[in-house]
Amino acid sequence: MTEETRDIYATSEADAKDAEGAHVYDAVGGDWDAIVDEASSLHEERIVVNMGPQHPSSHGVLRMILELDGESVTEAKVGVGYLHTGIEKSMEFRTWTQGVTFCTRMDYLTPLFNETAYCLAVEKLLGITDQIPERASIIRVLLMELNRIGSHLVALATGGMEIGATTIMTIGFRERERILAIFEMITGLRMNHGYIRPGGVAQALPPGAIDKVHDAIPLIRRGIGELEKLLNENPLVKGRMVNVGYLDLTGCMALGVTGPMLRTTGLPHDLRKSDPYCGYENYEFDVPVRDTCDAYGRMRVRFDEMYESLKIAEQAADKLQKTPGPVMVEDKKIAWPAQLAIGTDGMGNSLDHIREIMGTSMESLIHHFKLVTEGFRVPPGQAYAAVESPKGELGVHVVSDGGTRPYRAHFREPSFNNLQSFSALCEGGQLGDVVVAVASIDPVMGGVDR
Amino acid sequence: MGIEDKVPAGVLLTTVEYVAGYSRLHSVWPATFGLACCAIEMMAVGTPDYDISRFGMEYFQATPRTADLMVVAGRVSQKMAPVLRQVYDQMSEPKWVISMGVCASSGGMFNNYAIVQGVDHVVPVDIYLPGCPPRPEMFLNACVALHEQIQAIPLGVNRVTAARAAEAAAMAATPTHRMKGLLA
Amino acid sequence: MSNAGENDNVPAAPGANPDPVVMGSRLGMFGVSDGGDTSGYGGLVAHVLFPAAAVRPYGGYFDEIADHLERALVGGSASYAQAIERVVVDRGEMTIFVAREHILGVARALRDDPMLRFEMCLGVSGVHYPQETGRELHAVYHLLSITNGGRRVRLEVTCPDDDRHIPSIVEVYPANDWNERETWDFFGIVFDGHPALTRMFMPDDWQGHPQRKDYPLGGIPVEYKGATVPPPDERRKYS
Repeated sequence: MTEETRDIYATSEADAKDAEGAHVYDAVGGDWDAIVDEASSLHEERIVVNMGPQHPSSHGVLRMILELDGESVTEAKVGVGYLHTGIEKSMEFRTWTQGVTFCTRMDYLTPLFNETAYCLAVEKLLGITDQIPERASIIRVLLMELNRIGSHLVALATGGMEIGATTIMTIGFRERERILAIFEMITGLRMNHGYIRPGGVAQALPPGAIDKVHDAIPLIRRGIGELEKLLNENPLVKGRMVNVGYLDLTGCMALGVTGPMLRTTGLPHDLRKSDPYCGYENYEFDVPVRDTCDAYGRMRVRFDEMYESLKIAEQAADKLQKTPGPVMVEDKKIAWPAQLAIGTDGMGNSLDHIREIMGTSMESLIHHFKLVTEGFRVPPGQAYAAVESPKGELGVHVVSDGGTRPYRAHFREPSFNNLQSFSALCEGGQLGDVVVAVASIDPVMGGVDR
Repeated sequence: MGIEDKVPAGVLLTTVEYVAGYSRLHSVWPATFGLACCAIEMMAVGTPDYDISRFGMEYFQATPRTADLMVVAGRVSQKMAPVLRQVYDQMSEPKWVISMGVCASSGGMFNNYAIVQGVDHVVPVDIYLPGCPPRPEMFLNACVALHEQIQAIPLGVNRVTAARAAEAAAMAATPTHRMKGLLA
Repeated sequence: MSNAGENDNVPAAPGANPDPVVMGSRLGMFGVSDGGDTSGYGGLVAHVLFPAAAVRPYGGYFDEIADHLERALVGGSASYAQAIERVVVDRGEMTIFVAREHILGVARALRDDPMLRFEMCLGVSGVHYPQETGRELHAVYHLLSITNGGRRVRLEVTCPDDDRHIPSIVEVYPANDWNERETWDFFGIVFDGHPALTRMFMPDDWQGHPQRKDYPLGGIPVEYKGATVPPPDERRKYS
């Protein structure tokens, strides 16, 4: 950018001599055209910006490597692996039931979906899919649908926070707290419950759980309505989200994208309808679809899905009142012997169960001991089970070598495959649209990195 | 550091310590370092149900330069550890670290090749908060414990004395691998 | 699969149907491998038997898939008999073992043929069977056909440990891009033809492929007041 010019401001011969050999910068702007021409001819000079892995708007530990030309993104790449936990390898060293506590922490916003997918795959390997009690399946459906609402609320809440709308976050998390209170009552934990085990669920519903669900559902519906009123026709939201992050049906199919992203392209593909599991064929619900293929459409699809999930949760709660029965499979060689009761110090073994295994039934004692220390054995083979998680198709490929531990448990995480479309969504757009596009993909880095 | 280092020990120094601690603890601004599941619980603490704003801590700083507290919320993978250290180094004094959750405190349930077994391998930790994930109330408890620690920070001459005393105690203490507890 | 007209309770004569595949064996009992097994069962050899190759008719829509695939492969680089090693139908799922040289042709036929139309590839999963010499590394592809009513099929490709190459199917299913990188990262399978086969989850300069069976779990013993809990891969195991 430096041009050696004669000192045009020298007033005398001596000054001119002084300036000889020195660089003279013309600060008036006379050579501005020359500078602009030179800058625009240097096509290689683009800024490479690293957004993340620690960034408030990068939706978790996501590293985005963007090549920027001003505000426009010319190239966008993603670096993942900052949350890689080796969960799949850890599961190979634990029993089949202990695997539930590991896989639960993958996509930590949808722990019950991880658990259900894994348990469905293990049950497929065991061959007991038809023997799962109906009550257990209904409980699974209820918890999964409530988890779907919770996950979508976090998606919208964090998406709103990332574009600067913090009220969305406070309202979204307030509604989510109602759901977490239900989870805590039923499973004992707010997040990362190890509740759904191969063969059924860990323990029966406590008294009052169904009433709590019935009471919470209208409140949650009203809260989601509040969010909708804030977001749906908001000109700021529309300005930032309409026509941003565009991915049509061809792109989704090519990149293996499932979930709300796929349903925003117009294709009503939902595993709960096309390949029902856990008794989903007995529930009445619709599959919401939009055809705008952009971030705004994805937001609307998520809202509609939340209402549908509330419908299913209501139906499940009604069914639970009419369907008594066990919550674990009959086969005592597989059924987890967790009869727990609330004692004075929290939660512990039910005294009736202890009385039974210590005093009455030797077989129960042996089963309890063997199941807890060694675990059940699964016949050799492989199986794949998929559920429709809030992010897309969550599939589990389990391989057993006949032992008490998974030989290989691989999770086909929807966030991982959906995040592949990041480059397609962001290149050519603006930097601000990158944040909106990632929020609309809704990747959960625990699932992406496992 | 500043003028407080020159104040002679006595009532004046303890008053300065009290005022400094009081003002520091009432506006501890956390840096956004949410990693995994604990980050969601940390976000929940910022929401009206648990409200970290009543402690003056709702202002999560995106930049570590202006942050006081780094809450390592979640499992720290081998790939993330250098990033963690760099963010910690970029924070300006005084700074504190809460390792939230068992994964940050000790590696948690993930005793394998991919996770740093305790974030204290990378940064010095002030408060260890167990839980998987810890409830928001537990996190608030950790914040209150941190506030008590901050209030008790000595300055100037007292700081030197306290550091010497801590070093002497550490030299005389039983090493961790010799602590036998009830098994001895 | 039973002899029609005969007594259906009698199993098929040996050799009539394909035998289960031996994928390894367990020696001794109770998972004890370091001596000290005084149970008397120390000499027990139990083979790990994976499901045998299926015999036609497969049942359900699996026969249609096999027939259409056979028809679609005609005129391609390899015929059905050359490309497909065996078909396993087990637990309601169909697994097609494809020879690795022909995986690209098979994938293309599965995607493009209108009667097959498996437009969605759900990813690659690697499995390491160290005891199956000559075929240690398996890459498992799951395919889904939304057009044809949610049909699923699984492709399995094997490669030996000393020649870890499998052709990449990214040109047919771009969705497989990151999954193949992940499988390379964790198992060391090099996917020939992949646009950018780099590490996905581990740091770029990591040595080794973590999810292989010969890679240690890497845990540390946990000490607490005199007691030591060994890392998970050194604890007692029962299988």
